[in-house]
Amino acid sequence: MSGGRVITLQIDGRDCGAREEQTILEVARENGIYIPTLCHLNGLHPVGGCRICLVEIAGAPRPLPACVTHPVEGMQVTTDNPELRRQRRLILELMLAEGNHICAVCVVNGHCELQELALQLGVDHLEVPALYPSREVDASHPRFGLDRNRCVLCTRCVRVCGEIEGAHTWDVMGRGLQAMVISDLNQPWGEAESCTGCGKCVQVCPTGALFEKGKSAGEMVKRHLHLPLLTAMRREEEAGE
Amino acid sequence: MPPAASASSGPADTDQAATPNIPQCTPSNTPKHDASDKRWRPVEAAMRRNGYRPGGLIEALHAVQRSYGYIDDASMRALGATMQLPLSKIYGVVTFYHFFHLKPKGRHTCVVCLGTACYIKGADRLLQAISREQQMQPGETSADGRLSLLTARCVGSCGQAPAVVIDDLVQGQAEGSAINRQLARLNGREEERPAATATKGPPAAGEART
Amino acid sequence: MTPEELQRIAAEELQARQHARHRIGVCTASGCLSCGSREVLTAIKQEAADKPEMNLRVEGVGCMGLCSRGPLVWVQTNPPPTETSTAASADASPTASAPNLPDASPDDSADITTDASSDRPTGASARAESALLYKQLTPDDAPTLIATLAAAPASPTAAAAPPATTAEQTSAQDSTQTSAQAPATGDHPLAQKICDPAMPFFKRQVKVVLDQFENIDPERLESYLAADGYLALLDCLHHRRPPEIIDEITRSGLRGRGGGGYPTGLKWSTVAKASAFVPQAGQGHAGSGRQSAGEAERPDGPRKYVICNADEGDPGAFMDRSVLESAPHRVLEGMAIAAYAVGADFGYIYVRAEYPLAVERLRKAIGQAEKQGLLGRNIGGSDFNFQVEIRLGAGAFVCGEETALLASIEGRRGQPRPRPPYPAEHGLWGCPTLINNVETFANVAAIINRGADWFASLGTDKSKGTKVFALAGKVANTGLIEVPMGISLTEIVNEMGGGTPDEAGGAIKAVQTGGPSGGCIPAAHFNLPVDYESLQAEGSIMGSGGMIIMDDTAAMVDVARFFMEFCVEESCGKCTPCRVGTKQVLLLLEKIGRGEGRPADLTQLEELCHLLQQTSLCGLGQSAANPVLSTLRFFRREYVELLAGEEEA
Repeated sequence: MSGGRVITLQIDGRDCGAREEQTILEVARENGIYIPTLCHLNGLHPVGGCRICLVEIAGAPRPLPACVTHPVEGMQVTTDNPELRRQRRLILELMLAEGNHICAVCVVNGHCELQELALQLGVDHLEVPALYPSREVDASHPRFGLDRNRCVLCTRCVRVCGEIEGAHTWDVMGRGLQAMVISDLNQPWGEAESCTGCGKCVQVCPTGALFEKGKSAGEMVKRHLHLPLLTAMRREEEAGE
Repeated sequence: MPPAASASSGPADTDQAATPNIPQCTPSNTPKHDASDKRWRPVEAAMRRNGYRPGGLIEALHAVQRSYGYIDDASMRALGATMQLPLSKIYGVVTFYHFFHLKPKGRHTCVVCLGTACYIKGADRLLQAISREQQMQPGETSADGRLSLLTARCVGSCGQAPAVVIDDLVQGQAEGSAINRQLARLNGREEERPAATATKGPPAAGEART
Repeated sequence: MTPEELQRIAAEELQARQHARHRIGVCTASGCLSCGSREVLTAIKQEAADKPEMNLRVEGVGCMGLCSRGPLVWVQTNPPPTETSTAASADASPTASAPNLPDASPDDSADITTDASSDRPTGASARAESALLYKQLTPDDAPTLIATLAAAPASPTAAAAPPATTAEQTSAQDSTQTSAQAPATGDHPLAQKICDPAMPFFKRQVKVVLDQFENIDPERLESYLAADGYLALLDCLHHRRPPEIIDEITRSGLRGRGGGGYPTGLKWSTVAKASAFVPQAGQGHAGSGRQSAGEAERPDGPRKYVICNADEGDPGAFMDRSVLESAPHRVLEGMAIAAYAVGADFGYIYVRAEYPLAVERLRKAIGQAEKQGLLGRNIGGSDFNFQVEIRLGAGAFVCGEETALLASIEGRRGQPRPRPPYPAEHGLWGCPTLINNVETFANVAAIINRGADWFASLGTDKSKGTKVFALAGKVANTGLIEVPMGISLTEIVNEMGGGTPDEAGGAIKAVQTGGPSGGCIPAAHFNLPVDYESLQAEGSIMGSGGMIIMDDTAAMVDVARFFMEFCVEESCGKCTPCRVGTKQVLLLLEKIGRGEGRPADLTQLEELCHLLQQTSLCGLGQSAANPVLSTLRFFRREYVELLAGEEEA
């Protein structure tokens, strides 16, 4: 698979070379073309859920997520236009309206991917009414905390825990608006026997939903740039077996 | 490389897992999940049929619910241990599907269909009438464990809308007062089997309570 | 089972039917069961047992369609045995003795189609009715019913049906069969309960999928064999190569009946071309690739799958349920033919757990077919193997979406994944997988038996064949109908459906097609021909075939709200637009419904609806806005009237 066929496609009018197993997002990044993302994280399997990275592809009836769409010979991709910007903005608004995102009191204020995205896309107020949920906060873990009110269901924590750490402590329960991240059998995190306490979930969380205890507003900075390395190491180990 | 997972960490067949999540677990129906419990056998069989692969999870959950009427933590732990599945994943699956219940249902169930055809023919008013008379909200089970009042998104009896399913028997062209009378009768002859006048086939497969 | 054995069993079954003086069929599909047909069946059987001299044959049979008048019972009187010289010929062609139920058999209609100038049949053949159809029978009616048979003069008039003129021997009708004179209804004790066989509800139908349902005992394989069952499968296995079968299906123009309308032949050939693949047992994520022991019957090796989608989730649709409850073998046969054509050896039927009777009958049917060598190993003496398993759904509408359905069979949360890759290439556990709907599979055997040209002669240019619809709501005749594509809505609703029910009397306002993914078509547009493209152009979809008829008491904003509420509850939660967007649309609809809406809310409503359509991950989200957009399009006035006046502010 890895030596896949080479493909040429156009992104925003620029000719780009790509291997067929790459995604449009990867090709765009290689070529210095920026596509906003949220649920995507280098090193984790993409899911195409947040819909922020939607791009237009000539001939497709509707925009497609760049993080899971593979290039095809001669494909013409548009990553930015007023319509896409409007859609991304509206999706982000929906996301912000779904939870309780009050930056001023949030541990990741100033270091939050959601906040940054809002700035980039120019979301300075909500057109849709906020839903103000009252979801449970889990502070049972000795070192970390989970505030579900700040969760955007990107499932990065679920994926990093299952794919990289191999513990699969996290998963999503319920569905639709009732969906939420849980540990083990919906137990308090601190009592989840599968948790290794590695803290990767906290580091990959794009918002302040997962945080280190003892940090106050704006103090928490997430570190997850080492993830692709972990994935690569794991793959190497497996190949070596 | 085996997963560092999780599931096997707790012994499966103990009752220690009876967390506060399982209310109303009377001694008679407290599941034991090993060969000593006859009711666990169909579950074991369901897993075996699927080679204990993760793909058999939903089949196994159906078997649990058929045997015990609901799916409790201990069952999920047992499934996780046998099929090597993470607990959170099982819990996620159980709660994704509305057919599965984490709590015991009442001895009788009354399901009001809220499908489109039934809605057009006044199923919402019907539900209100039943809810008022039985003094319980949809989704609730009466305090004495006698009756669960549930709703369904369509039982496929649209030709006879509005439809109500009482203990697996579909009642077409349902009407509030008649249903309430019937529910009162259920109350009257508690220990009897619900009318054997079956609109359902012989319960061979015994599947799927609606 | 060899073709010869099959013919023999079929002939025996037919002969047994003819030996009976009277045949009585009682509908045992859910519709009639829910109004007590099992008690009626028991009572009639009891009566028959008490009077063995009458030589009655009482059967439980499949759905007859007119569910609102259940329990339905038909009675057919055979000519005295001396006259049944046809018994011999029945050996040769297992076609005889369908009760002349008042439906147009496909043959007749096909004939009409070809010689009439219109491109669809507008009337049924003038066939003498040899069977009486009773409606709303109660167990108390059983003695009366039997008594009328005893009293009825045994004078079979040779008023005979006009010969089914076609050369094809598959005619549902034995042309030599004589019919019993219907007793004059005037002095008939059950006159009130006799259905008028000439009612358009029956006359307008053209049955392919529902063909012979009234004649098939769903719980007996022999009964299906007598209706030409499994002929097509054995024909394929012994006389046709897979590419020929796919070509036949392609030329027939059959399109997916689950709603999408994707050309079935194209789907089959994609799967056939894809190379088989070793299932990824643990599915995906690192570390969980565990291979298990056991499953000796299913050696691990490259494979393809065939899946029957019977997760009929649209509220208001019950076609698939009826087909599975009435003729489970017809679906199994279609699946087996498909599997042979695409090179699969394993199949799943994904059925809603809410359909216990369908599940039970399927299970029984699979057992019967395996026992007779029509499923399993070396089917029909060939070297083709095909095994079928049932998988139960668990109450998630989204699992009707094919990638979510796959996730569910794999034992996971039923969440869709982005396509491509399509299941045809990368499906169940990574293997090429053919997923078709129940009704699609039920069409297959008929196409093989009668040929692609015959099928393509039904329906319209782009939408071939027939479609089963479930009529429900504010209409006199609710139930199942099968009509050629291209028939107009007015014919379906006003003529076949019989307009508004007597009690209410309100004028019909609109019909909702396609469930929560479809739209409302106003009465003014009822000339619309029913086919995939026309419905789509009107902002609705064919969907799986539910048609809910609404009268003028239906408030369209409320109808839109009802469907949106459904989508909010059924959204899987994976993608943002669907998870949150549906809720925001619902909030707006509620606000407007309360009379608190502003003109700006309508704009926002439309904007959110378009966002749902454009950016949702799967079909559920993409089509969730259809009910709102279509009611906005045709009934905008109702929205505007509900808006709070500006002056109030």
